[in-house]
Amino acid sequence: MITAPTIEYFALAPLLIIFGAAIIGVLVEAFAPRYLRRAIHVPLTLLSLVGAFALVILQTVRGVPTTPAAMGSVAVDGPTLFIWGTILVLSFVSILLINDEEQFVPSAAAVPGSAEEEKAISEGAAHTEVYPLALFAIGGMLLFPASNDLLIMFVALEVMSLPLYLLCGLARRRRLLSQEASVKYFLLGAFSSAFFLYGTALLYGFAGTVDLYGISRALATAGGTETLLLVGTAMLGVGLLFKIGAAPFQAWKPDVYQGAPTPITALMASGTLVAAFGAVLRVFWVALGNDSWNWQPIMWGVAALTMVVGSILAITQTDIKRMLAYSSIAHAGFLLVGVMAVGDKGQNALALSGLLFYLVTYGITTVGAFAVVTLVRDPGGEAWHLSRWAGLGKRSPKLAGLFAFFLLAFAGIPLTSGFFGKYAVFRSAVALGEGWLTGLVVLAVVASAAAAFFYVRVIVLMFFSDPSADGPTVVTPSWATSAVVGFSAFATVALGVFPQPVLDLAEKAAKSLFVQ
Amino acid sequence: MTAIPWLSILMGVSVLGALGVSFLKNDKLAKQATLGVSLLVLVLAVVMTVGFSPNGDRFQYAETYDWIPSFGVHYAVAVDGVALVLILLSAVLVPIVVLASWHDAEQGKRSVRTYFALLLVLEAMMIGVFAATDVFLFYVFFEAMLIPMYFMIGSYGGAQRSYAAVKFLLYSLFGGLLMLVAVIALYNVADKNSFLFPDLIGAVTDPTTQKWLFLGFFIAFAIKAPLWPVHTWLPDAAAQAPAGAAVLLVGVLDKVGTYGMLRFCLELFPDAAKWATPVVIALSVIGIVYGAIVAIGQTDIKRLIAYTSISHFGFITMGVFAMTTTAASGATLYMVNHGFSTGVLFLVAGFLIYRRGSQFIADYGGVQKVAPLLAGAFLIAGLSGLSLPGLSTFVSEFMVLLGTYERYAVPAIIGTTGVILAAIYILWMYQRTMNGPTAESVAEMKDLNGRERWVVAPLIALIVVLGFFPKPLLDVINPAVKESLVNVKVTDPAPVVAVKEGQ
Repeated sequence: MITAPTIEYFALAPLLIIFGAAIIGVLVEAFAPRYLRRAIHVPLTLLSLVGAFALVILQTVRGVPTTPAAMGSVAVDGPTLFIWGTILVLSFVSILLINDEEQFVPSAAAVPGSAEEEKAISEGAAHTEVYPLALFAIGGMLLFPASNDLLIMFVALEVMSLPLYLLCGLARRRRLLSQEASVKYFLLGAFSSAFFLYGTALLYGFAGTVDLYGISRALATAGGTETLLLVGTAMLGVGLLFKIGAAPFQAWKPDVYQGAPTPITALMASGTLVAAFGAVLRVFWVALGNDSWNWQPIMWGVAALTMVVGSILAITQTDIKRMLAYSSIAHAGFLLVGVMAVGDKGQNALALSGLLFYLVTYGITTVGAFAVVTLVRDPGGEAWHLSRWAGLGKRSPKLAGLFAFFLLAFAGIPLTSGFFGKYAVFRSAVALGEGWLTGLVVLAVVASAAAAFFYVRVIVLMFFSDPSADGPTVVTPSWATSAVVGFSAFATVALGVFPQPVLDLAEKAAKSLFVQ
Repeated sequence: MTAIPWLSILMGVSVLGALGVSFLKNDKLAKQATLGVSLLVLVLAVVMTVGFSPNGDRFQYAETYDWIPSFGVHYAVAVDGVALVLILLSAVLVPIVVLASWHDAEQGKRSVRTYFALLLVLEAMMIGVFAATDVFLFYVFFEAMLIPMYFMIGSYGGAQRSYAAVKFLLYSLFGGLLMLVAVIALYNVADKNSFLFPDLIGAVTDPTTQKWLFLGFFIAFAIKAPLWPVHTWLPDAAAQAPAGAAVLLVGVLDKVGTYGMLRFCLELFPDAAKWATPVVIALSVIGIVYGAIVAIGQTDIKRLIAYTSISHFGFITMGVFAMTTTAASGATLYMVNHGFSTGVLFLVAGFLIYRRGSQFIADYGGVQKVAPLLAGAFLIAGLSGLSLPGLSTFVSEFMVLLGTYERYAVPAIIGTTGVILAAIYILWMYQRTMNGPTAESVAEMKDLNGRERWVVAPLIALIVVLGFFPKPLLDVINPAVKESLVNVKVTDPAPVVAVKEGQ
């Protein structure tokens, strides 16, 4: 006899709202007349995000569940709720950026520069599908870090990634780069998914289950040296590290960030990174936590390589979005330092709260930085070449000042949120009291100093160089974009001066650790 | 003790002043407002100093509030004698710099009010960094104060300004980040869940750990000070910075390095400091001689002054690490005196350069005849730089050498050659720029105007007064230094002095 599975609808409600809204969005695409679509999509999308966020708050207030939901396959625990809240806020501001239709191609299928494209532009066509697509991606992002078994996690990975592949190809300007980004991201993403799936299969072979806690239990009895386990861990690791853009799996990031429409880049750089780190933590801490001596050395190498590659290659970039992509790679390296800081329960909570706080600060600042990028334009679209930013500090001191401020936050200068983010993670790593990890922290600060160089280089360009005669124009931002920039700047200051409230939240979320 | 939060008021006035100035539309008004605010800060600082009782508690005017409880970070400020005189130094220099920079910011068609707002922000941070008694808060100020200075050099400096600004920032940031690791480790090792300085004294006992942490702090301070061989950013930064910013950079910001050595390196890691002393003294002596010799060879006036400072910082570090009361008090006094004497030297050089439009010594000659006041001020400032008896730096340099000799005779003797070399670089520069036949290009040079006299006069007066009567400062400094050295647990130097004196 088969009993019906129990589903905790309340716990899963944020997910259901987002996916529900995405499906309604598809129906809108099918049935609503073209001129109405955008007017329906924008409020629908924003409202669903707000609703989901409200439910996350409600659940946090009502007490965090201590057992996984949906027959043990989705874990809605403290860290998950914190990550959900973060992703929903970041998605909300990213959607406000997406709202700027200037960024998207009128007809993606038309050959760039063809008559067909001209026609689409003159007709005022628009791909309003971006809203439901973004919602599906956001739903995937929510499910990814919450999945408590590897199959659900794989499904979430695909739900998150597939819409993003498409969205990357929709940039209005520099069409070929955008299409290239889309194809590259798809091919490499498919490879990494395959790795993930194969790793899942091998781990199943080892443990006889895809349940994360089940794998952990199997580890307790096995020696931890079995080939299936080792190869499975490695393959799973490849799939996950690809998503966070850790070296040597970072190659897609600059290309995709550069080619994708900037609002989508903002969504990926903030939301996807947060989601992927949540998943990395869950897999490596919950499933493979008892096996840490096996993966820590490899992770050490990956983290070291990631921050060095990110910091050094960023110096050679001339495209502002590519530079921010390498910066994101470097930050992924810094975050990985915290992933390794596992020890007893208290230590884990310390590391987890540090990571959660870092993700919030980095995500918010990133969205702000990309929002500024959308505003600085040449006749042919965004002023992507760094040299075009020369003297921006004189043309529009406020915008340049804000961007400089975001860059200083990336560099981790005190009194910005980035400083406390870094501090929180590095502190947990040093607190472990292991020489090998403290050494990595020293390497990380040296890499931070190197990374500061390229952030500062942009500030030098903006403020200390003279503007060229035909410099880019700064468009008057729409209310939505102004709101995004203002929110990010405010949060970056506030978290840099009074981080305590958010730290409290992160600590509270981390205290219960991941449910098992 | 009154419960007036003096230190917060000082910082608050500066920060609010900076905000106000940045919103003023009129440049002239902005300058006047900045001058007013900085004078107000000076008055408040003087009032605070008057209320300070040198033989009372070590730390006075203390304020402690929780800032980030999760990290054990407090907003905790207080001053001892050493911090007090350095805050006073900053408070004196800022209005003078404001007055001296009256027209500096206008050359580049850059925002004048931003420059003056940055000056006030910097002033708040300078007060904060010396007043912080929470190691983390100190670190925050230590790093954050780089930013206003970076923009002042980069936006308002000379031809190579962006190179100099980036070099300055990256050097300091690198050192600062290493210090950050040490700060974190200190917190964990001490395990007091607090960053308060008094809590952390004596908290690290393991010798190896102490050495590592000491290195983390020391490298940051050595870069900041700057100590040979990590000094190379200073000549670039000082030469490219506008004269006023250069005064604050060399006069105050660099003192954070030597102050940090005295306060944090010595007191938190006494054993490691003793372990490192031979190397530090050696580096200091090299710095003294190297800075002086390289200064002699300079063709650019501002770079020359920067190199003289490297030589002087050698003296200060030597005094700090000699770990005798005389040397450490001398080093602290030296920090103040050097601020004044190098300050006036930079400012007068700035006036000179502003008139002629060139930093190169070769472009000048015989200025004395056309601008006697300017030349006179330059001479007095220079003589103070070479420690002429009767001028303030003499007292401190003598104390440092004397105090060092008690413990390390040979370095003190080698260091003394720095005094002779100083005579060469100062007098030779004076001779080439001021004496001899008047060069055609400077024939029309105007003498100091009223504003510039107001800039120079107070500093020269201070140099002369402190040269004859350093007692008020030493009265404040000595007890604080003694207490510091008690924490260092030096096999007390005082008896050594007594024995030697008794012989």
